[in-house]
Amino acid sequence: MKGTLNLVGYGLSAIGPAIATGMIFAAYISGVARQPEARSVLQPIAFLGFALAEALALFGLVLAFVL
Amino acid sequence: MRGFAFADGEGFVPPSTADFNLPPVFGHNEYTTKPIFLVLLSVVLISSFFIVASRKALVVPTKLQFAGESVYGFVRNSIGEEIIGHEFMRFVPFLFTLFTFILTNNVFGIIPLLQFPAMSHVSFPYVLAIFSFVIFHWVGIKKQGLGKYLKGIAFMPGVPKFVYILLTPIEIATFFLVRPLTLSLRLFANMFAGHLLLLVFIMGGDHLLKGVIGLKIIAPFAFAFGIGMTFFEFMVQCLQAYIFTLLTALFIAGALSDEH
Repeated sequence: MKGTLNLVGYGLSAIGPAIATGMIFAAYISGVARQPEARSVLQPIAFLGFALAEALALFGLVLAFVL
Repeated sequence: MRGFAFADGEGFVPPSTADFNLPPVFGHNEYTTKPIFLVLLSVVLISSFFIVASRKALVVPTKLQFAGESVYGFVRNSIGEEIIGHEFMRFVPFLFTLFTFILTNNVFGIIPLLQFPAMSHVSFPYVLAIFSFVIFHWVGIKKQGLGKYLKGIAFMPGVPKFVYILLTPIEIATFFLVRPLTLSLRLFANMFAGHLLLLVFIMGGDHLLKGVIGLKIIAPFAFAFGIGMTFFEFMVQCLQAYIFTLLTALFIAGALSDEH
């Protein structure tokens, strides 16, 4: 089996965005649980934050392929 | 891997990116690969399904009409109206096309015989992201005027002046680089990784069947996992179609609102 260390590095670098995404949705869920009518206000904020956090993981993925 | 005795005497060749470069269907013409036909098929399927479903609209809907209307209603209400607000009706055709197109092409990844998500080739998500990029900027420029729109992006109101040194480059990069790139790469990466995951379990199980008797016993577990992962993939495919459409709607909503 052959492989490249880039993928190990990518795995390590994906830890940060993974924790960030988890925290964003944890906050979103607890916010909606406390105040269900705030759902429509919180949803765009949560998904924008999630998109920003996941951007880091996606850049890592691109670099894992390119380098 | 080296320690196991396999009948064909070869080690396991793990699936790689090379498995995504399918050979052309007709001769050497590289414009006739499988993903292109899948995209064409999806267009035919989607349009014929919704034409048939909406042709004879009844007050008491038939099953087909109900299926078509529930997909449309989902996009219109929970993506369009909830995110964009009172101007949402203008964008529903675009969002609806985007959602159904991505969903159908993604689900092709687990349908037997087709079994290839076209979106795992990065060029298709790029085109979709370019569409959404052009549309949300066009909408913002048309609504607010070019100067005011760019000023709103570069100089976010309600921030102390010295913060602009940091904030302006970040905001400009976010709007013109990060948003279209991540929008396309998220879809691509999920479809690519999902297809690779299924390949690992199915090809791995197939290879285990060729091994010694002890490995043959393990092979069904690999196949069972492959089946389980197929259902997981179905969930991911629907979710990615939803997220792509939702983020496009969010960007449009941001361009429409005055102080985004």
